Amino acid sequence: MFEQPVIAFENVTKTFGNVHAVVDNNLAVKAGEFLSILGPSGCGKTTSLRMMAGFEQPSSGAVSIQGQNMTGVPAFLRPVNMVFQHYALFPHLNVADNVSYGLRQRRPKPADAELAKSVADALEMVRLSGYEKRRSYELSGGQQQRVALARALINRPAVLLLDEPLAALDRKLRREMQIELQNLQRNLGITFLLVTHDQEEALSMSDRVCVMREGRIVQIGSPRELYDKPINSYVAGFVGKANFFVGPKADTVLCVRPELLEISATRKTLPQGLADAFDVTVLNRIFLGEHTEYLVRHESLGDFTVLSPRKSEHASGVFDIGDKAAVGWHKSAAQILTTT
Amino acid sequence: MRIYATLVYLFLYFPIALIVGFSFNAGKYAMDWQGFSLAWYSKAFSNPLILQALITSLIIAGMTALLSAIIGTMTALGLERVTGRTRTIFDALIYISIMVPGIVIGISTLIAFVTLFNMVNPLLLSLWNIKIEMGIWTVIAAHVLFNLAVVCLLVRARLTGMDRSLVEASEDLYATPMGTFRQVVLPLLMPSILAGFLLSFTFSFEDFIITFFVAGPNVTLPIYVFSSIRRGVTPEINAVGTVVLLSSLLLLVIAQVILQRSEKIAVAKS
Ligand SMILES: Nc1ncnc2c1ncn2[C@@H]1O[C@H](COP(=O)(O)OP(=O)(O)O)[C@@H](O)[C@H]1O
Ligand SMILES: [Mg+2]
Repeated sequence: MFEQPVIAFENVTKTFGNVHAVVDNNLAVKAGEFLSILGPSGCGKTTSLRMMAGFEQPSSGAVSIQGQNMTGVPAFLRPVNMVFQHYALFPHLNVADNVSYGLRQRRPKPADAELAKSVADALEMVRLSGYEKRRSYELSGGQQQRVALARALINRPAVLLLDEPLAALDRKLRREMQIELQNLQRNLGITFLLVTHDQEEALSMSDRVCVMREGRIVQIGSPRELYDKPINSYVAGFVGKANFFVGPKADTVLCVRPELLEISATRKTLPQGLADAFDVTVLNRIFLGEHTEYLVRHESLGDFTVLSPRKSEHASGVFDIGDKAAVGWHKSAAQILTTT
Repeated sequence: MRIYATLVYLFLYFPIALIVGFSFNAGKYAMDWQGFSLAWYSKAFSNPLILQALITSLIIAGMTALLSAIIGTMTALGLERVTGRTRTIFDALIYISIMVPGIVIGISTLIAFVTLFNMVNPLLLSLWNIKIEMGIWTVIAAHVLFNLAVVCLLVRARLTGMDRSLVEASEDLYATPMGTFRQVVLPLLMPSILAGFLLSFTFSFEDFIITFFVAGPNVTLPIYVFSSIRRGVTPEINAVGTVVLLSSLLLLVIAQVILQRSEKIAVAKS
């Protein structure tokens, strides 16, 4: 059966003066999924989100939400909610009034008791029970973030739009919030659309990832698809780590993931059945706990990285800077990708 | 340097201190201290002329503050959407109306009013046998002229510092444009509007020069003080002066506190 997308972009283009922020994009967000838009700063992620929320109108093309064309529909009439990058909590209202803001715009206005109940539930959901009377500026960054989430989710939007919501948090808190966001999304069944420039975040949280570059969508797929079958070297380089070698034709490269490379003291001690093997010199070593990352040099291939798992170190050995070693890969590990 | 500063402050505040001090003098002569007393206060505020002047001043200051707060805020909000040349011209006009000396505003509004009266009064007289002349409303109009610029500047500073995404967040949460204005923009501007109201009230209440030109036969408190001083400074006048001084000071302090507190909240937020 044909399933209607919650949000659809049809040939959406947005230009600011002569800046092409979003170029001819088609995108269908599926109901109930966790979709991330991934790309470097300035590639048009925020602009895409703002066109969904209704803060920007496309220069051409159409945005539709739940099958309704949103052309000319102002933000306050759209059934989506946004978590802003810097939270945008109202400083003159306490936490409860911030969270109930959306419900209080409904006509007829819900009764006070009903509002209080909804607020209590929403705050419990983000583990902030009892913070009703606090002012937003008395809260920590992580707490403000959760208030912003509660304020959006209390309205049960068709889609929750999140613009780099974790960028301002420190590393440990970010990890916690990633898990919390995923749990919320699964428990509520609300479609989440998250914008991020952090590939690890996109890969670890999403059902699907949409990779953007200079205003265009390059590839959409599950994290595994993007990682295993990137359509070009841009996606391969952006999603996970990759080594690129000169390809067989012009505008192509040979791409091998560092963890798919085998390393050993000599060619003879390398595992059997490798497609290729090379003698290299170890330039650098970084201990990463479960892996060791080596930067190695081959006289014609150049410099590249090898990830050696701790588990196989007894077989492959440990190398010091300046050591000679042998590196090889299985045929299936190498992919030929276009560079455009 | 310190001595110099002390001398300057002495020079500035000694006359004021004298007035405040002698308003509590039991005796009649300024230079003859007879002990502490509030007698001159009760005398001043049972003088019907002074009371009438006080009421006139309060009406003028109240109306000026109210109109300046409303018009000044609307001006600031309107200027938000104006850009380019028009904006530059309006900005310049606003600054000018604050910097122009009171005497210039006084004379020019007087001339403007007189010209206006000369133009419309013959017509009004022939049509309905009435005419318009100087009164409380001309004073209010002249006061609003520069006080609305004060309010406008205060509100604009606040608007400029306001986070645009707060307005977007409100729209995102289903508030109509009017709802956003009422629930987000206005509350965030309120400290500035209130401070502007209090400043306008003070400026209008203690203004002598502009009022002197356009008041017609009306007597405000500063004008009363001025005209009675020509007959010699009485302790009664000292008492009136002290009341004006202290209430102005109080309003200015409140305005300052309001502005600083809202500053702090804005800073704590970001
Ligand atoms: N309001 C605007 N006016 C002019 N240029 C803009 C505006 N918003 C975004 N841009 C430009 O559009 C491009 C995409 O911006 P944005 O969508 O914010 O990227 P991202 O969120 O991926 O970092 C950038 O070059 C940016 O400078
Ligand atoms: Mg952005």
